[in-house]
This record gives sequence, C-alpha cells and structure tokens, in this order.
Amino acid sequence: MSGEIVKSLVVPAHPHPVLCPEKNEGWQKIRDAFDQARKTIEESDADLIIIYSTLWPSVIGHQIQADPNPEWVMVDADFHDLGSIPYSLNIDADFAHAWNTANKERGLESRTVAYHGFPIDVGSIVALKLLNPDNKIPAVICSSNVYSNRAETTVLAKSCLDVVKAQGKKAVAISIMSLSNRMFTEPIEPHEDRIHSLKDDEWNRKILEFLGEGRLEDVGQLSRTIHEQIRVRKVVAFKPMWWLSAMNDNRNDLTGEVLAYEAIHGAGAAVVILDPKSNGTGDKEYDEDDVEFYGGDRGVLDNPEDSVNHGVELHEPTTSANSVNTEKAPKPVGSYPHARREGDLIYLSGVGPRQAGDNSIPGGPIKDAEGNPLDYDIKSQTHAVINNIANILEEAGSSLDNVIDVTSFLIDMDRDFQGYNEVWAETLGRIGPTRTTLAIRALPTPIAVEMKVIAKI
Amino acid sequence: MIEGAEPLGLFMAKGSIVAGCLAPHPPHLVYAENPPQNEPVSEGGWEQLRWGYERLRESLADVDYDVLVVLSPHWQTYVGTHFIGLEKCKSKSVDPVFPNLFRFDYDLNIDVELATAIHDQAKSDGMSVKMMENPDFRVDYGTITSCQMVRPEWDKPIVSISSNRGLSYYSVEVMQEMMMQLGRATAKAIEKSGKKCVLLASNSLSHRHFVTETNPPEDMSKEHITSHAMHLWDMRMIDLMRSGKAQQLIDEMPEFCEQAIAESDGGALTWMIAAMGVPDQPATLHGYGTIIGTGNAIMEWPCYKWGEQ
Repeated sequence: MSGEIVKSLVVPAHPHPVLCPEKNEGWQKIRDAFDQARKTIEESDADLIIIYSTLWPSVIGHQIQADPNPEWVMVDADFHDLGSIPYSLNIDADFAHAWNTANKERGLESRTVAYHGFPIDVGSIVALKLLNPDNKIPAVICSSNVYSNRAETTVLAKSCLDVVKAQGKKAVAISIMSLSNRMFTEPIEPHEDRIHSLKDDEWNRKILEFLGEGRLEDVGQLSRTIHEQIRVRKVVAFKPMWWLSAMNDNRNDLTGEVLAYEAIHGAGAAVVILDPKSNGTGDKEYDEDDVEFYGGDRGVLDNPEDSVNHGVELHEPTTSANSVNTEKAPKPVGSYPHARREGDLIYLSGVGPRQAGDNSIPGGPIKDAEGNPLDYDIKSQTHAVINNIANILEEAGSSLDNVIDVTSFLIDMDRDFQGYNEVWAETLGRIGPTRTTLAIRALPTPIAVEMKVIAKI
Repeated sequence: MIEGAEPLGLFMAKGSIVAGCLAPHPPHLVYAENPPQNEPVSEGGWEQLRWGYERLRESLADVDYDVLVVLSPHWQTYVGTHFIGLEKCKSKSVDPVFPNLFRFDYDLNIDVELATAIHDQAKSDGMSVKMMENPDFRVDYGTITSCQMVRPEWDKPIVSISSNRGLSYYSVEVMQEMMMQLGRATAKAIEKSGKKCVLLASNSLSHRHFVTETNPPEDMSKEHITSHAMHLWDMRMIDLMRSGKAQQLIDEMPEFCEQAIAESDGGALTWMIAAMGVPDQPATLHGYGTIIGTGNAIMEWPCYKWGEQ
C-alpha cells in the first residue's frame, strides 16, 4: 500500500471563528477561510485528518487520542463568555494505536489515551468543527510534548508517515497554532482587534510569505528565532512547523496558499493550505540532521548516565588508507574504522544500533549497569542498525541499494528473530542481499543485534 | 478552636485569613488516595506527601473557617485574572496530561459572594479581572486536587482563582507585582467580607518532570528528584519559609523560577504571601516529597495563632 499526505494546513486555535465570527470582519474572514479549506479537503480524496495541536501539552512523551467517539462540551479557559462548543468526534482509533506503536519503534516515548470525558483541546475542536463538521473523515489528534526538541518532533512525524504509508492513507496534516501568540491582556471590544504589535505583524507576514511559497522547511529552520521574537512563553514552544515540515519530507517546494491572515485578540491567526505538488522552483537545501530514530533522554527513570556510558571505552575510528568514517555513525568500541574500501567493494565493521553523538540505544539496552536484564525493542534496534549502515554507506558514496552480503548477529535468537526478520523484510529484504543470521552469546555493548555488511561502491 | 487561638474576626468583627497553605496539586496524590470520586485505582504511593497532607488536615481540624480560597496554575488565563462565578459546579475533571491517574467526579460549592468581592476589589485596584459564569466550564485538576487533599469532605465552599500568566507576557518580576497586587486585593476583600478564610497556593516547587512513567505509576523505587540542583533549590525555599523570611523568598523568586523551572511562576505562592502581608512568622513544614521528579512541599502559615497584627 502507498499512502501520502494530500494536503497540509496551518489553522488558528481560538474559538472566535466558531462562536462569534460575525462580531469582527477579520474573524469572519478566518471563518470563511476555514470554509474554503473544508471544501478543498472534501474535494480531495482524503480519508484521514491528522492533527498536531499546540493546545494539548503533554509531559510523558506524546499522547494520541484513541477514543473512537469522544464527546463533551468544551469551554475555553479565557473566552468562556463567548459560549460553549459541544463536540462529538470521529477518531480513527486503529491509526492512533498504530502511530503509537510506530513511535515506540522509532525510540519515542508515546501512549494513547481513551477516557470518557477527556478534555479535547480547543484548537482541535475548532479545527474539526469547521473542517470536518459532519465527521465524514476520521481524525487523529496528537499532543505537543512540552520538552520535545526538533529531533523528537521530526521523528514523531516520521513514525506518523510510516503508518500513513503502511495503511495506504490519503491524509491531511494539520498544525494548530497561532503565529505570533501575544494576546491583549485586557478585554477588548471586537472592533478593536488588531495584531498586538507591528513587530509581531512583520514577523507573521514573513512567515506567511514563506508558507505561501511552500517553503515549509525554511519556516522550520526559523522556528527557534520565531519563538524568541514573537512568541509568548506559554506551555508549548513554536514546534508545529517542525512536525508539519517533517510530515512533508522537509521540503521547500510545496505549493502554498494563504487563505486568510487576521488578528484574534491580538494574536496572529492564519489559515494556510499547502499542496504537496511542487511549485516548480526547485527544492532547497535541508541543513539539519535528518533524524530517523530518537535517542534522547527518554530513559531518565532508568538512569540514563549508565545507559549512555554502557561501560565500554569508545574510540575514534582509525584513519588508515581507504578507511571510511562518518560522524553519523557511533564511535567504535576498538581501534578500527567504520568501513574500508577495497576495489569497488566496501567492507563495513560490525554495525550496532548505538546512536552517533549520545551513544544511546533506540529500543533500550538489554541490561542495566548492574547486569540486570531490561526489556528492549528488537525492531527499534534493528531499524537503528540499518540506519547506521545507510549513513556509513552514504559517506562512502554508496547506499543500501548496493548491499551484497550481510551477516547478522543476535544475542537471543528465540526472542528476537521474528522482530528482526520483520524489519529486514521491510528494508534490506526489498533490496535482496544474501544473509546469514547467527546466535551469539554477547556483544560488547548492551545491544541485541549487529550486522556485518559488504556492499558495492 | 485550638487553645490559645484568637482569630482576628472575633475581635474586629471583620474577615480574616486564618491560615495560608502551600498545597501542591500533582494528581498522583488523589490517585494514590483512591477517593470514591476518582475512577483510576492505585496501590498507594507518594506516602511522604500524603502523610504531610494528613498532618496539615490535623492542624486545620480545629480551626474555624468558612471558605477555602485557591489559586491554581492549571486554570491558565491570559486576559486577566478570572474567578468562578457559579454557586454549584458539578462535572468530571480529567487531567489532559495524566488522564490515566485523574478522572474525578466533582460536586463543589463556590462562595460566589466572596469571589465577586475579590473580583470587584481587584478591579477597583486597577487589575484586569473577569467572572466565569459559563455552566459548562470544567474546574481544573489543580484546584480539585489541592482542595481534595486539604478538605476531602468538601463541606466548605471554595473560591477558585485563575492563574493570570503575567510571567508569560512580561517577567517573573512583573508577575510578582501583579500577584502581590492581587494578594492585597484578596486580603482587603476578605477583611470586608467578615469571613474566615484558608488560602491555598496550589503549586509544586521545582518543576522538572521525568518524561517517562513507571509501571505502575506508583512504583516508588523509581521516584526521586530530577537533579541535585533542584533539590538544593527546594531546600533553600523551604528554609526561607520555615524561618519566616517571606520577603527574601519573594526577592529570590525570579532566580528560583528560572533555575528550578518552578511552578511558583504561576503566581500562587506570591499571591498568598502578599495576602498574608508578607509575614515574618515561620511556616510549618508538614511534608516534602517528589512526584515524577518535581519537588513538592506542604507548608502552613498558621495565621490564626499570630493575633492582631
């Protein structure tokens, strides 16, 4: 199956376009833009709406709504005097669970939530009320983790894309966010509404200029600056562009259209729609590390200092003639290079799942510092091994497509072979190298899988 | 009435703050107590803090008061300070961050008269305020947890005050000025009301969470402060409170909020200290413990013992 993102949207979070658009010309324009975006979605063949909401903060990793039919009445914490919004939503619980699993496979902390009375956030309710009023298209809603960085947010999008592709979904990706988020701190009359400051307005227009040109990745690059310049330090920082950009393969050549830009109680509110069709300008450079697996400090309760050290001395890779080394692969545990060229072949040293930089192990180590066994995820480890192999081959001017022969080592064949084999089938299995799989007693670091690779250059 | 206690109200026929309590609100505490209103069931946990709340309840048991006045950072407002203006609030509160722990059926009474009086006083003092009168509004879990742990009988009405995020818009210093002003307005309104009040500042101290959760969540073998630096900050703040150095605590609040990511950035503690007149009297420490890495202290300023100021 082959799924894809058919549209991407940026929409504002405040309840005014639902509850009282008629009170302000700008609010009505936002409402009209929502209606226009709804028609665009309806005319597409979308069968899933995926929401990343900055109005739903989380602490324990990311949370994904999995109640098939959450119902309640929402009242905004600030604008409760505008009225209530009853809701009854159609959630794709199967997708939510699959996304949660995919998150874990990529090293993320993640969980689903399905509780009667769960308070769906105002932004998600506004978006679904206006973009999907009849619940024709199932939706899924994901929180925004208050501690997550760009790497984690990017991986969150990639695991979502894993499921979109696996399930063959035609999905609409929506980031719910204000641009500048500084509101007036006093009540105002509707006719008094405007963007809080000229500086906020100028930054908003710059962001919208980029989005109108389909330059999602450029906005992602600017996220930290945008946050410093025009964002009030609320619970969640300006992360949604990282997610939306990664949902579109961090491209800069989408076809964008700004449907509306107005003020809502001083904050910058915009409705933007992006089509994956290239605008023909040519893609631009993506100059951040493209993270496939998350290896940050998510194991904090299990004493990450021990798990990162692993009790084994790390070495700089040796640099003798024909050596190939890369900073995108973990440091060796002895004096050897990552790989070595001989003729038109490249021989890789044994590659494990440890991550370059922090030495963490996606899917977790197999034991703690005292040698006590830990639960670990063999699929995450196997994915990480193959990703490290790809990075080394790329440094050598080759790729996974050129792999000829693989020898795999598993420390627990009974427990791990099936998971390892599934990841193999999805990746190297599609390329078709020869393979030998061996059970061994141990590896130098607390990992469960390692691969020895020969490839063409 | 505790022997020797002489609440101001008896002498002056005017309202008074009989106690101020730092009453942290992690939902884990309610979860661990297994009250009938909460759906999830636990095997306990966080006993150090729950025993601390037990000591606070014992301390307040014989104190005569009419109403709990609580400020929670989990009702976050950006357009001024808000007050619940409905006499009855009945619904279910589900914590969006820890829904596995807190799904609480609440049925509480609001002292709308006092809430309105504080609102009006703050407004006349130049603050941005609003009454919340939407019957569909759901009360935040911070307010409920603090009140449940202090007075599980729910036989006293409450005044629920939002956390106006002055910090977000300006700085800790400006937030403190705004909360000091709100605290003084609260004290004036209480005095005029003739009511005896217990104030609850609903917040943790250091506020850096772990981002993973144990299974079960109440596995106390994994519970500890997130870092030594956080511990040192918490102990410093507790020492200041225990030694009656409220003004110094206020002075050091900006650094504390910045370095310990302290939840007092929501203004509750500053508001309460200001309402009590920035007391020189020491607070009583009833308990300290960590919850998912955050530092939490249960403190009581027994104002009813101080006599006329």
